[in-house]
Amino acid sequence: MATYLEFIQQNEERDGVRFSWNVWPSSRLEATRMVVPLACLLTPLKERLDLPPVQYEPVLCSRPTCKAVLSPLCQVDYRAKLWACNFCFQRNQRGPQTPLIFLYVVDTCLEEEDLQALKESLQMSLSLLPADALVGLITFGRMVQVHELSCEGISKSYVFRGTKDLTAKQIQDMLGLSRPAVPIQQGRPLQTPEFLQPVHKIDMNLTDLLGELQRDPWPVTQGKRPLRSTGVALSIAVGLLEGTFPNTGARIMLFTGGPPTQGPGMVVGDELKTPIRSWHDIEKDNARFMKKATKHYETLANRTAANGHCIDIYACALDQTGLLEMKCCANLTGGHMVMGDSFNTSLFKQTFQRVFNKGFNGEFRMAFGASLDVKTSRELKIAGAIGPCISLNAKGPCVSENELGIGGTSQWKICSLDPSTTLAIYFEVVNQHNAPIPQGGRGAVQFVTQYQHSSTQKRIRVTTIARNWADAQSQLQHIEAAFDQEAAAVLMARLGVYRAESEEGPDVLRWLDRQLIRLGRTLRNESSYYRHHFARQDLTQSLIMIQPILYAYSFHGPPEPVLLDSSSILPDRILLMDTFFQIVIYLGETIAQWQKAGYQDMPEYENFKHLLQAPLDDAQEILQTRFPMPRYIHTEHGGSQARFLLSKVNPSQTHNNLYAWGQESGAPILTDDVSLQVFMDHLKKLAVSSAS
Amino acid sequence: PLTSPLKLHYPHPQNSNHKLLSTIQVIEDDRSNRGSEPFVTGVRGQVPPLVTTNFLVKDQGNASPRYIRCTSYNIPCTSDMAKQSQVPLAAVIKPLATLPPEETLPYLVDHGESGPVRCNRCKAYMCPFMQFIEGGRRFQCCFCSCVTEVPPHYFQHLDHTGKRVDFYDRPELSLGSYEFLATVDYCKNNKFPSPPAFIFMIDVSYNAVKSGLVRLICEELKSLLDYLPREGNMEESAIRVGFVTYNKVLHFYNVKSSLAQPQMMVVSDVADMFVPLLDGFLVNVNESRTVIASLLDQIPEMFADTRETETVFAPVIQAGLEALKAAECSGKLFIFHTSLPIAEAPGKLKNRDDKKLINTDKEKTLFQPQTSFYNNLAKDCVAQGCCVDLFLFPNQYLDVATLGVVTYQTGGSIYKYAYFQVRTDQDRFLNDLRRDVQKEVGFDAVMRVRTSTGIRATDFFGAFYMSNTTDVEMAGLDCDKTITVEFKHDDKLSEDSGALLQCALLYTSCAGQRRLRIHNLSLNCCTQLADLYRNCETDTLINYLAKYAYRGVLNSPVKTVRDALINQCAQILACYRKNCASPSSAGQLILPECMKLLPVYLNCVLKSDVLQPGPEVTTDDRAYIRQLVTSMDVAETNVFFYPRLLPLVTDVDSDSLPAAIRNSEERLSKGDIYLLENGLNIFVWVGVNVQQGLIQNLFGVSSFSQISSDLSTLPVLENPFSKKVRSIVDMLQVQRSRYMKLIIVKQEDKLEMLFKHFLVEDKSLSGGASYVDFLCHMHKEIRQLLS
Repeated sequence: MATYLEFIQQNEERDGVRFSWNVWPSSRLEATRMVVPLACLLTPLKERLDLPPVQYEPVLCSRPTCKAVLSPLCQVDYRAKLWACNFCFQRNQRGPQTPLIFLYVVDTCLEEEDLQALKESLQMSLSLLPADALVGLITFGRMVQVHELSCEGISKSYVFRGTKDLTAKQIQDMLGLSRPAVPIQQGRPLQTPEFLQPVHKIDMNLTDLLGELQRDPWPVTQGKRPLRSTGVALSIAVGLLEGTFPNTGARIMLFTGGPPTQGPGMVVGDELKTPIRSWHDIEKDNARFMKKATKHYETLANRTAANGHCIDIYACALDQTGLLEMKCCANLTGGHMVMGDSFNTSLFKQTFQRVFNKGFNGEFRMAFGASLDVKTSRELKIAGAIGPCISLNAKGPCVSENELGIGGTSQWKICSLDPSTTLAIYFEVVNQHNAPIPQGGRGAVQFVTQYQHSSTQKRIRVTTIARNWADAQSQLQHIEAAFDQEAAAVLMARLGVYRAESEEGPDVLRWLDRQLIRLGRTLRNESSYYRHHFARQDLTQSLIMIQPILYAYSFHGPPEPVLLDSSSILPDRILLMDTFFQIVIYLGETIAQWQKAGYQDMPEYENFKHLLQAPLDDAQEILQTRFPMPRYIHTEHGGSQARFLLSKVNPSQTHNNLYAWGQESGAPILTDDVSLQVFMDHLKKLAVSSAS
Repeated sequence: PLTSPLKLHYPHPQNSNHKLLSTIQVIEDDRSNRGSEPFVTGVRGQVPPLVTTNFLVKDQGNASPRYIRCTSYNIPCTSDMAKQSQVPLAAVIKPLATLPPEETLPYLVDHGESGPVRCNRCKAYMCPFMQFIEGGRRFQCCFCSCVTEVPPHYFQHLDHTGKRVDFYDRPELSLGSYEFLATVDYCKNNKFPSPPAFIFMIDVSYNAVKSGLVRLICEELKSLLDYLPREGNMEESAIRVGFVTYNKVLHFYNVKSSLAQPQMMVVSDVADMFVPLLDGFLVNVNESRTVIASLLDQIPEMFADTRETETVFAPVIQAGLEALKAAECSGKLFIFHTSLPIAEAPGKLKNRDDKKLINTDKEKTLFQPQTSFYNNLAKDCVAQGCCVDLFLFPNQYLDVATLGVVTYQTGGSIYKYAYFQVRTDQDRFLNDLRRDVQKEVGFDAVMRVRTSTGIRATDFFGAFYMSNTTDVEMAGLDCDKTITVEFKHDDKLSEDSGALLQCALLYTSCAGQRRLRIHNLSLNCCTQLADLYRNCETDTLINYLAKYAYRGVLNSPVKTVRDALINQCAQILACYRKNCASPSSAGQLILPECMKLLPVYLNCVLKSDVLQPGPEVTTDDRAYIRQLVTSMDVAETNVFFYPRLLPLVTDVDSDSLPAAIRNSEERLSKGDIYLLENGLNIFVWVGVNVQQGLIQNLFGVSSFSQISSDLSTLPVLENPFSKKVRSIVDMLQVQRSRYMKLIIVKQEDKLEMLFKHFLVEDKSLSGGASYVDFLCHMHKEIRQLLS
């Protein structure tokens, strides 16, 4: 018989599901005692080579109470594109298929070099879009401009004040979208507004338009920040799509180079002498604009999600950009969030390209407007989900009253997802202790994911899994053996992050892994960013985020994983650390000296050259697949960038335990953080005391 | 029928006045008496020749009558006398008037960093009437008598007569009109101004596009932009230009020189107007030549298929204002507008035209704006120096009274082309546009009139805004705009020192230079009423009275205004009769020599469209004329109220204009062709019995019945008669600030009604009295006052 490890891996490979417990405690009481809840990580669109899609779209009757599927028994009027449901006689329209929509929302308050790089990236991206995709362009600075794309000669844009929030109706009126719709007639192509045009028709125009984009021309006086109307720009983007293409796959892609400084959603004023809110301000409830701004973006995010669209945020600046306030836009809609120092870095450029990557079958690795429906056998109830989703408020018998994450529903909407998007779904065992499940009984869970494929087809993926029940008293060893500690760690961590987000207290963090505590301590922007990715990546990636991987390369043997500990930092080693967001290559003291001496260029030391090259190759491999592109750092002993490594390793040797000084066994770390050893000792003490 | 009105009513031949009661006679006499010699301004209180006389002016210390004309050049010493006479004391001032080429423009004086030398107390500017004392170390103010130290850099010795030695080298000591270079203290926010900007704002709604107007404007602008006003010695104009089109929304254009194509930016948030761009909106014409040309080519195409019929208006002005604010400069908006702005926006208007209100107490509301929104907007415009010129092309009522508020209060001009058709109206419109764009204009102007102790300026008439009681503020002031100022006594004047006026106009020139233009005028003072009546100027008096009455209709019923006018004139004349004329029978009407045309001209004012509209006059016409007259100078009011009627058939060979005839139908012969002009229209009246040859020569058709009354120009034909008539028309057009509409009127045709309206000595269809009847009426009033 295969080991549980193999079983778990096989299941993940096949179903995209990993449970914290693979044998389930058969009663509520026992389940509660297990501390780690029964939960799973679900990757709804996990790529599978062998999964045959059904080659037509499931067409449902539009009457909410009916929802019968189009079948050969239905009458179809091909000319009017209508079909009549044979059950309820509802006449249904078969509207034309709408292609994918990409709406670029571009900040022009950038440095010249940054803007140039961004323009080039955007121009390049046009060639990566599907030819029939609709594309739109909104630029913003002090004002917000919505560009018409199909005009010959004079380029035309609609301009909005960056300080005034407008309702969706006003936006549509002002863009002239509220004219009576032209009825769809046979043979007539889909009418799209001037602002959203098929990329194959206007790519030349748009390339020119992007080329002519200038930095925001309004003068910025000394001591001021540029006026950046991110809030209104997003509001207009959302309103535009809301009015034109609700409930069809669309990506709003926001590219910004700084914090919103005016209008609704402003995060900081334009006076440079007033700094952006700090962690401290937030704790003290001193962040002036935060609540209002957050509310603005939350409203937008919810509207976007309701429309089935998604918002990506690409924030590139050395300073903070207000991701904390804007995070919900990406989090609730399944959009990407990418953070970098500049648009003129390979980190941004490659990450952005990777958004349009295609899978093994030549299809975009993105899907839209998914709804996930979870059904359970009656011993189980659904406590909630954590991931880039919103609740669809589907109450039902299998919905638990105890919420974990986004609960109170058995259905969630995931506006945008890719094959690696992973949701954590939490269950509650409701079987009563006095109603034992017969020996060999199995519990089952079905995941039904309906989504719009990148080819604009509607698809449904159904994953059904079953696990054995076991009595915790008599078969504890089975349950224990089927414990998936990796999955459990990630599931718990997600729960922790979710609580940290929603409750904002350091108390919640206390029971989490030390690395997770870290998440809360970094800059606000960054923490939002880390949390964003943590809440959606699959298990392997999530684990890397929790516990970075450290590899050592030396002449002593092949590369090997080593402890993430200061004792691992040795002079004759090259270390490769992967923290998900960063890839660090660190040359030990001796290696660095050798390299300076130029040994790698001497033919007799070719093996040294190979040693130097090996971690580089491995890093490249990671860089090529990871989304978002990690920050790539190449440093050496004593280098300023070495801090990236030193801050992550376990401080077994610090300046506090002086006896370690002078020993050859590692590098001391200047920190007041406790070492893992001390932490574990403390945990043991607590465990013993609580048991007694 | 009456051959002459005078014989019947005034049977006493010893009264020499009545023979000369013909306007034509008075004009011709003045021409022959005073037209040959230049008018030298050195002497105090000289009455200048009439406005209808061609004469040259030599400035020798008093401002030319082209700049200032007064109702009287000898004013009563006391307020009692003034009240007794009822003669209004007023000056009609045209500060930037164009001079004939033979006359010198005002010199520019630079008093250095400390600015113009002024009186310490009343702040009057240095002028020929200041008295230097103590060997030239101090000067005594001619207005307030305060003694001021002469600044060291300005010191000069006096000669034996007490004149400064540099008297003739300094325009401010020897001339009536001159300019000072202003220092930074005279500038807004203590910053020298940027050159002004012109913004062209074109209505592109359905009507404007369909009539061909949009294409016409764009075509014209392409060449017109090369003729923007510039300072004499400059190679190119400093004025920057910008473009906006609009219907229910506004379209701004980026025409930055570096662009390959212009960019259009649409602002649909008309409720909260703003300027969407800064860089590239206002540009130098030469630098952005190709982009502008491309824009003007494309505008008519872009809107060729428009279905938008609604327009906004206030947001358009707001947009221009905001653009000037953003560019931190003053300037002018040229707005081309076609319809009542009914689209949802600030300043939205409704159609409230109601002819039933005429002759009721509510008639005044037709002249009042329907919302105060535009008054507030005008205030903002004036503060920024944003002048608004309005070209209107209405096919129906568009509420000139309201739309014109901003134009009026910012010193702008309104041009109105009802039922505009490219074929018939393009010449008139394009000529007006060209002249309006090219004419000399100052911006962000403030005018103050100082007077010697005893009188002060109390009332002002014209296109401007006043935030206090002394400063006349004008966002823009062009060479045609006139301000009428009324003076009242607040103390006694003396015959010795006379009365002085100093009009100081602070403005920004078209090159962005801040300047002060000073006009000085000295008047005599009298203790005898006869001296007053001997030195009056009726044309100026009529200018004042018309403006006074036209303002009155805003607040009082038209009938009240008319009665007040009649009453005031009767009092003026009765006072003369009582105090100045030798005793004679009450049946005799005795008029002062200078005022013998007062009754006839006054009758014309009373019969004008504003005060007594005919059935064909629209509410918009009346509001338009009311505003127009308020900015007119004396020559314009003269011809507007008493049109010039010229017989065309006589002396074809002469180069000069034929002698005018009186405006009465009985003067017209059925066999002749006449031309009538009033500054707005030119009528060519053709009698039914005109020889076929003349018709052939002038119209190129063989008979009277074939003459088309649809013509807007005379056909160009190669014969002396055609050439002569066309050259007369051209000569008249050049004299006027607006291009006159040419209308062909055939005798006994339906258009003749319109023509007859301008024969002002006759009884009018709308009830206006004939000259004779009015004279009778006037006489009765005077007799009543005297008894």
